[in-house]
Amino acid sequence: MTISITVNGAKHEIGSDPDTPLLYVLRDDLELNGAKFGCGLGQCGACTVHIDGKAVFSCITPVGAIGDRSIRTLEGLGSVDAPGIVQKAFQDEQAAQCGYCIAGMIMRAQALLEKIPDPTDEQIREHMQPNLCRCGTHARILHAVRRASDVMAGVIR
Amino acid sequence: MNPITRRSFLAASGIAVAFAMTRPARAQLAGGGEGGAEPVALAPALPGSLKSSPYLDSWILLDQSGRATVFSGKAELGQGIRTALTQVAAEELDLPPADVDLVTVDTLRTPDEGLTAGSHSMQDSGTAIRNAAANVRMLLLRQAAAILMVGEGDVTSMGDGTIRASDGRRIGYGETASALSMRVEAVPDAPLRRKSQFRTMGTNLPRLDIPAKTTGGAAFIHDMRLPGMLHARVVRGPSEGTRLALPPDSEIEAMDGVVKFVRNGNFAAVVAEREWNAVKLMRRLQASPYELARSPFPTGGVAETLKALPARDIVILDASKPTADPRRSVRKSFTRHWISHGSIGPSCALAWLQDDLLTIWTHSQGTFDVRRVAADLLKRPIETIRAIHVEGAGCYGQNGADDVAAEAALIAASLPGRPVRLQWMREQEFGWEPLGPGMATEVDAALDGDNRIVRWNYDVWSNPHNNRPVGAGGVLVGNEVVPSFPVPEGKPIPMPEGDGSRNSNPLYDLPNMNVVYHFIKDMPIRVSALRSLGAHLNVFSIESMFDELALTAGIDPLDLRLNHMADDRARQVMLTAADAFGWRKRKKAAQLQGFGMGFARYKNLGAYCAIFMEVRIERDTGRVIVRRVQAAVDCGEVVSPNGIENQVEGAIIQSLSWCTREAAATDGTLRKNFDWSTYPILRFRDVPEHIDVIVEDQPGKPFLGVAECGQGPASAALANALADATGVRFTDMPITAEVVRSAIVTL
Amino acid sequence: MGATNRKLLAGATLFGLATVVGLGIAGWIVYEPEIPRIKPPDRASLSPALIRRGEQLAAVGDCIVCHTADNGPALAGSRALATPFGTLYSNNITPDPDSGIGNWSADAFRRAMKQGVARDGSHLYPALPYEHFSRVTDDDLDAVYAFLMSRDPVKKTAPPNELMPGLGFRPLLAGWKLLFLRTAATASNPSESPEWNRGRYLVDGLAHCGGCHAPRNILGGEEWGKHFAGGVAEGWNAPPLDASNVSSERWNTETLYEYLKTGTARGHSSAAGPMGPVTEGLSRLNDDDVRSIATYIDSTMHAGTVTRPAGRRVAGDAVQSHPATSTLFEGACGGCHEPAAPMASRGRPLLSDTSDVNAPDPRNAIQAVLQGIKDPTSDAPFMPPFTDNLTDEQVADLLAYARSRFTSQSPWPHLANTVRDIRKENAR
Ligand code: FES
Ligand code: FES
Repeated sequence: MTISITVNGAKHEIGSDPDTPLLYVLRDDLELNGAKFGCGLGQCGACTVHIDGKAVFSCITPVGAIGDRSIRTLEGLGSVDAPGIVQKAFQDEQAAQCGYCIAGMIMRAQALLEKIPDPTDEQIREHMQPNLCRCGTHARILHAVRRASDVMAGVIR
Repeated sequence: MNPITRRSFLAASGIAVAFAMTRPARAQLAGGGEGGAEPVALAPALPGSLKSSPYLDSWILLDQSGRATVFSGKAELGQGIRTALTQVAAEELDLPPADVDLVTVDTLRTPDEGLTAGSHSMQDSGTAIRNAAANVRMLLLRQAAAILMVGEGDVTSMGDGTIRASDGRRIGYGETASALSMRVEAVPDAPLRRKSQFRTMGTNLPRLDIPAKTTGGAAFIHDMRLPGMLHARVVRGPSEGTRLALPPDSEIEAMDGVVKFVRNGNFAAVVAEREWNAVKLMRRLQASPYELARSPFPTGGVAETLKALPARDIVILDASKPTADPRRSVRKSFTRHWISHGSIGPSCALAWLQDDLLTIWTHSQGTFDVRRVAADLLKRPIETIRAIHVEGAGCYGQNGADDVAAEAALIAASLPGRPVRLQWMREQEFGWEPLGPGMATEVDAALDGDNRIVRWNYDVWSNPHNNRPVGAGGVLVGNEVVPSFPVPEGKPIPMPEGDGSRNSNPLYDLPNMNVVYHFIKDMPIRVSALRSLGAHLNVFSIESMFDELALTAGIDPLDLRLNHMADDRARQVMLTAADAFGWRKRKKAAQLQGFGMGFARYKNLGAYCAIFMEVRIERDTGRVIVRRVQAAVDCGEVVSPNGIENQVEGAIIQSLSWCTREAAATDGTLRKNFDWSTYPILRFRDVPEHIDVIVEDQPGKPFLGVAECGQGPASAALANALADATGVRFTDMPITAEVVRSAIVTL
Repeated sequence: MGATNRKLLAGATLFGLATVVGLGIAGWIVYEPEIPRIKPPDRASLSPALIRRGEQLAAVGDCIVCHTADNGPALAGSRALATPFGTLYSNNITPDPDSGIGNWSADAFRRAMKQGVARDGSHLYPALPYEHFSRVTDDDLDAVYAFLMSRDPVKKTAPPNELMPGLGFRPLLAGWKLLFLRTAATASNPSESPEWNRGRYLVDGLAHCGGCHAPRNILGGEEWGKHFAGGVAEGWNAPPLDASNVSSERWNTETLYEYLKTGTARGHSSAAGPMGPVTEGLSRLNDDDVRSIATYIDSTMHAGTVTRPAGRRVAGDAVQSHPATSTLFEGACGGCHEPAAPMASRGRPLLSDTSDVNAPDPRNAIQAVLQGIKDPTSDAPFMPPFTDNLTDEQVADLLAYARSRFTSQSPWPHLANTVRDIRKENAR
């Protein structure tokens, strides 16, 4: 049985069982690294991707439940050579220690900025609350989200 | 048997090298003395890890185009060491960093530098690479002078991989090197580049690993995919101390999707083609009943638990000088609970048995030890095993990485030809990884009439923090297989590094000091190294006491510290941070606002770190809002200021999380924590509003390493700020919002 | 999240009040005098013992929940309370003299709590559950007063209420009170234990459990004679605390105590929705009072006879009968809710036990899936929200599956429509 899903604008036929969490499909079948396995329980945000523009935990979203909704992963925001605005902001702020949480952080931040381009500091913290970082990179992550917002607004480049 | 050796590998790449380790002297350096099997010292006079690997070609190779490959026996753990070491090598080779390729720990290719731990990487590997690179540059200049037929003083390296003679002629590194052998021992006094000449060191070279990590590149061991790779899951009971009663093998092997069921004694793992199948099989099997396979866990408080166990008393300090009589005294006891590493990515390893070579990819901090453990466990000649470090999620000590690597090796050994990826689940990590030990201290100190501290009695109780595996008994699977390898007896790490005793010796200048480490070898719960080991509670205790003494004396806490501090660099970081914080001008604008500081020199050997903090407390919830944090650090010569700031910021936030909410608990039979709701860590809402780190410039001073220096001072500064805000001395971590709230109801 | 939405039914419907007014209630019923301002009492003048007692009573009353906005300063008000009659904003009850209750005397405070009249003489909406607080002793109210007056003053004025036209006219409230406010103190029942009596005093008074757990009539008053028959709060059902509770056979003092104190009871449920903050508050209350509450509720839950479907659990053949959904369940829910999952083996309620899955009405089960469940005592998640992961049909399928696999209750009708409606409701 094949399931078709649209990831970063491209359609894929997947041979996985429909119960397979999207996380494993992205990582193992599509060989995308952006979504990380952190807890598999919807509690840490390492696996965050977008479904129809909303940040969701891919570890608890069975691939059979996706239907024709579109999925975006970290890879869909940009590349090493042409990083997206949020990715670039994380690079500019050097916002990573081990970096394991960062992919999920970028995806969650991106979802916020697409909805609220100029969030308050309070809104940023509140929105990022579901995602965990163990290295203590939080302060830089907050700066990076602010920077991305400023870049979008043309305040800085 | 056709093991690949370092020799054959290098021979294949055209450069043969002698690589013998014969002399059995211990190199007193590796891995911050945090255990592991340490490499031997062959050349004790050389700096850093050159002691154990003195040949230049162990560290640096130059190809014909002049690109350098640099080998380090230290691992990138997210601390940015790859970038810092690249900067060091580029600086002393006088090459652009882009022309330097850094190879990190690989038992086949790099020197054994012991563990990547204890904030030792810059000290060990940074120092070695710096001096090795200086040696190489010295040889290159000499050789270039000979080729160009000018005096040695007439050639200069230009920073772009060329050497220029004073008459303007140039020659490239590649061409120069082709006539040179690097198979020579380093000399201790190759000239280092001076600060005024620096092109790379001291600048903020962007971290080399961040582009991949922000764009979905393959950055972690979790991202590795080998051809024909199988997925494995271990099948275990819910927590340390349990044993599953599984159905018969034949029944399991008949389950849909099982490629292989591996069972050896009490170790069990399922292997499947698809990862999700492995997870589902694991879930089904873990539904089997379990029995308790160990004595009950302690359920009482930390101090009570530890003090009930037999201890060996180790005198850390016993100093006395005649002083004036004590006038006023203060006594306090402090505790810290067991703490989980809580890496965001659970442990993972890959292993592949090809012909006779078993390759293990691991994110353990002790790659060479992973190889030793696997050799012991599988009873294989060590030359037939290669272990390679690949980054994992931040680990801060010994989490499940060593366990999972040995397990992957065992599984792969039963599936010749097929690479196997083993991923622990979140709940397995919480249930089975070694915890950071719980600890307790008691301090009794007194002031004389002039507010000098004339009595200092200090006792610390702790389990060993050093249970890094060097043989199969140190990993879970070793205890589970039949015949099993016994868990080795815990041993203390001797001072000056220490383990539970780490930083129990105050750096302060106190005339009378009596410090005793009550070392408890019997571990009621599985423990091992966690970032900063005993320094976390010891610094917390000492620094809390200084504030209590200052309060008793009626003098400023900073002054009490300065009055008892002879070390100029220590004074300097305190003054720098105090100044930037505005300590002298601080003013309480609200009742539940407070200011506090903490200071330590990590291990009394490493980086100096002073932290100042301003807090406010929400009266009705007890929630602590950290408004401002100002840190100053001195970690010797600065390679990457931004990298140092990043490490210290992280240490502060992580330490605040430990201090305010973390306690790994048991209910007597099981560990209680199995997910992020049962083990909550600090989230964005509670991150300090402002954090600033000042890095002291110390040109020419040795590297000191920085990763762990903030843990103790940050927690101490918080406790001191809370005491300032409330008048209540909180002595037991975690200081949760509820603890604070109930203490201040009537304030 | 949170607040008990007693106010819910708040004020009264337009026509209800019209009726009341139509009855020609005289002006003298409406009129209440202003009580003179005082200078905020000096904190030092308040006895620590009284403050401590007041703090415990305030925990029972959950003052902080309704009077604190999300991430706002504690007790400074401005929490939005959605009611069928519009949105009310809670008042600032910090001792700030201008925007809070700093210049209220103890008399003024008592009158507000028992009669729903502010210091200046204006009537308060019954979002403040004065029909319960009227049963609290003056001594206890004085302790709460001392506690509140010892808090940090915060200057913060609540936004104006957004009510249906006409309901902003506060004198109408006098009529509501006439209908619903009972001021009789609760007499103690000598045939019951002191613990039971203490429990009843707390439950009916400060804890105002009936505010959510009793059904409301069309005027927003608690229905007479239906004490604890279950109600609605902020989009969640407040289950009945009488014999019609689906779990009533198995709740007992111990499990109630555990639930109230920790937010979770083995074999039962985790506190979700507006009950989360209630248990968070009770986690701070002394053990004796929590036990008293548990003792009394245990007695109400087992009073009277209500027949209910027997038994639960029994996996039946759900896997076979819902093959597609069983796979959905495995991928979305299995990590926590398969019987071997760590959660299940570590004292968290099994799906077969939770009242949400056993309840006659699917509302809470739907809310738990859509909104998730937060750990009441920390900011950690118990259960993640699935609102953006799953479609309405998928949520409905999963719940139908869970109900048939883990309980022996009859299927919920019109599930998909209900999910859609509740999702819309949540979006508002
Ligand atoms: S891995 Fe999905 S939330 Fe943790
Ligand atoms: S950077 Fe390591 S977990 Fe966030």
